Amino acid sequence: MDHTDDPQAKAFYAPQGKGGLAAWIFSTDHKRIGLLYLGLILTMFATATVLGLIIKLKLMTPGSTLLTAQQYNAMFTLHGVIMIFLVVIPSVPASFGNIFLPLHIGANDVSFPRLNNFSWWLYVIGAVLAVVSIFTGNGAPDTGWTFYVPFSERTTTNVSVAVIAVFILGFSSILTGLNFITTVHRLRAPGMTWRKLPLFVWSLYATGWIQVLATPILGITALLIFAERVLLLGLFDPGKGGDPLLYQHLFWIYSHPAVYIMILPAMGVISEIIPVFSRKPIFGYNMIAFSSLAIAFAGSLVWAHHMFTSGMSDTAVLVFSFLTFVVAIPSAIKVFNWLSTMYQGSISLDPPLLFSLGFIFMFSIGGLTGLVLGSAGTDIHVHDTYFVVAHFHYVIFGGTGLGMFAAMHYWAPKVFGRMYDHGRAAWSFWLILIGMNVLYFPMFIMGMQGLPRRYYDYLPQYAPMQMVSTWGSWFLAAGLILMFYNLYQGCRFGPQATKNPWGGATLEWTLPSPLPHEAFHHDPEAPEPYDYKGVNPDG
Amino acid sequence: MAELSASAPVAHKDYHASKMGMWLFLFTEILLFGGLFLLYATYRAKFPQAFHEGGKTLDVFLGGLNTVVLITSSLTVALSITALRRGAVVFCQTLLAFTVACAGAFMVNKVIEWSAKFHHGLIPGSEHMGQLPQGQSIFYGLYFAMTGLHGIHVVIGASVLLWVMLLIKQGKVTGQDYVVLENAGLYWHIVDLVWIYLFPLFYLIS
Amino acid sequence: MTQTQTTQLEGHGHDHEHAPLGYRFLTLIWVGLMLLTVATVAVAKVDLGYMNVIVALGVASLKASLVIFFFMHLKYENWIIKGMVLTAFVILAIAIGLTFVDVGYRY
Repeated sequence: MDHTDDPQAKAFYAPQGKGGLAAWIFSTDHKRIGLLYLGLILTMFATATVLGLIIKLKLMTPGSTLLTAQQYNAMFTLHGVIMIFLVVIPSVPASFGNIFLPLHIGANDVSFPRLNNFSWWLYVIGAVLAVVSIFTGNGAPDTGWTFYVPFSERTTTNVSVAVIAVFILGFSSILTGLNFITTVHRLRAPGMTWRKLPLFVWSLYATGWIQVLATPILGITALLIFAERVLLLGLFDPGKGGDPLLYQHLFWIYSHPAVYIMILPAMGVISEIIPVFSRKPIFGYNMIAFSSLAIAFAGSLVWAHHMFTSGMSDTAVLVFSFLTFVVAIPSAIKVFNWLSTMYQGSISLDPPLLFSLGFIFMFSIGGLTGLVLGSAGTDIHVHDTYFVVAHFHYVIFGGTGLGMFAAMHYWAPKVFGRMYDHGRAAWSFWLILIGMNVLYFPMFIMGMQGLPRRYYDYLPQYAPMQMVSTWGSWFLAAGLILMFYNLYQGCRFGPQATKNPWGGATLEWTLPSPLPHEAFHHDPEAPEPYDYKGVNPDG
Repeated sequence: MAELSASAPVAHKDYHASKMGMWLFLFTEILLFGGLFLLYATYRAKFPQAFHEGGKTLDVFLGGLNTVVLITSSLTVALSITALRRGAVVFCQTLLAFTVACAGAFMVNKVIEWSAKFHHGLIPGSEHMGQLPQGQSIFYGLYFAMTGLHGIHVVIGASVLLWVMLLIKQGKVTGQDYVVLENAGLYWHIVDLVWIYLFPLFYLIS
Repeated sequence: MTQTQTTQLEGHGHDHEHAPLGYRFLTLIWVGLMLLTVATVAVAKVDLGYMNVIVALGVASLKASLVIFFFMHLKYENWIIKGMVLTAFVILAIAIGLTFVDVGYRY
């Protein structure tokens, strides 16, 4: 890379001045931090996916095969903890949010770049502690990712270290959210009014608020578990008059809003991709932007729908069931607006749009089955069964996961300056989509038939469907391997990408591919983010 | 804290962004304590009598004294910002030193209080705590958790103020560029604010 | 959220909108806080039944407002910060309030 006219040599990731590892891990450049996050998140994703595959392999046939019951408990706990706290929560915001939020608003970085680097370090420390909790003490945590009392207080496994890891990861998440909120308020380019913000920015802004206001409750909950175990406070101990249900309240006061931390940024990605590949302005911009804030707010009102069968008061069951239906409205608003955007559009089925359509399909199934769970009557029947597992994976893997993959296919050429193979990307998409449905849909049926989640073994009547479900996990794994191989291959050796291969109208597409060190030498003019007149794909 | 006051190297130093970032951080502190206040509220509703009895055993004088100490330290931090902006650097440093001294006094007071409780066998996890009537061990558990977490914040706040004193001495925080002091002050006020609620909820409910 | 805010806020790092609060004024606030502390201790000695808690929390909130608005300068901040502070407290109130929909009918 000696030629100075080689775009790769001017990229933000090319060595400049002092190179080496330190130029990365101590970098305050939002693009480098975004890539650092992306690398670690994908590593963690691979790890937890392998755990998931092992779980599915164990469940392929009834009986105690492959794992002991204790190992199985540890496996699903780790799969959950790693996937939730190390993969899904930071997924889109910490990686693509870091890279593109400043660029979308015409800024050269976030408001607090050093804090941004610090939050990545907290993530690293949290990840290390999570790994340490597996291999030290009395064995890996076996509580499930929810750490419910009283079991989490009494189990001899290494829960104390795990909850400290969760606390630190929460802190990291808070700092990202704090940074994004301040950046959106303070660093918008002149003329970049709130009505001209790309919807991705709106969704990250709303997410930032949930991160700042909900995560501290997770922090205190994790600290309390730690205090209960180490200092024996006994605040949730029924023997001393404590109420274990209060733990569940505290936990879900964070963890329900947290699912909106997970899904909102992915919805932002979809809102970017759909209009670009339909060559039509987004339908209902105001409502999509507003619904992000509405989800963020309403999401704080519904946490106890995770507790309908826990023995809380019937009044609470009624109130939270009603409020849960309210929060479905803004999510549906988004889906209808995306579909209306595509209606009579000039659609090109490129890989980013394929993954976005996959998102809408999976999210709709996940969202509608969420109503089955949110309605108190039906929840009694399917609570804590495989139905919940299926619902959650449809929303979070089918939703956030596919949203993340869509973002990767949408922005990879911009970030790395090279294009991947579209045919292979489409193949990987179909493998993933089919794999997901074969893997998770039988779980809906098994759940309806009463198979409880997290059980080590099951009755023979579920054996055929468990078998099919395990086959699905292999399809899914094959699709994932193909997708990551294709992306790696493309970003490394693919043909040079043009400046604007998809014909996007947001600001990042006015910059060279790959992204340069400094994006804007002077304040850019704020574009209409979804006006494609005169903007065409140049690939 | 250091990071919060950092400014974007690509841009000018953004006073308003630093303030906004600090406020957002304070919200997280409020909600962190908020989780404990939630527990307090529900358990108080469940065990009014036990909380009443528990409150009786806490020393109103010591608690009141700590309230006065913290409120006064809050004043001196507020005054120190005015002093710095008016160019009275020595006065500002004196006020900050006084504030840190108040934090020390508060903690000494706290240690006295806690040791007295320990002396009476009120140690979390101890047999004596286990034998208390329903709800009373919850009261003391909350007392230790909330005042303990608050105490940690007092120590952090005082350390931050010491660090700002050093920055002022080095000329890195000045009457023109004082947002670091302002933010450290905001943090200290939050510590005070939490105590303003802890005091009546624990000491004055008998 | 305003549209004028960007242009107005962008580009000027040092447009601090107000002069520092006077020593005298801040000390007066402190006197107020002290008086309220004395008052709350005094009232606690009188048995008002369940009103004791309400009075104690009312006085505490009054003190908290003095600290927030004057010591913490909130009164002199722009409405964005004010709105943010309000949001934080509303969320906390929702968390505690909705929990009572459960425990209020269970204990």
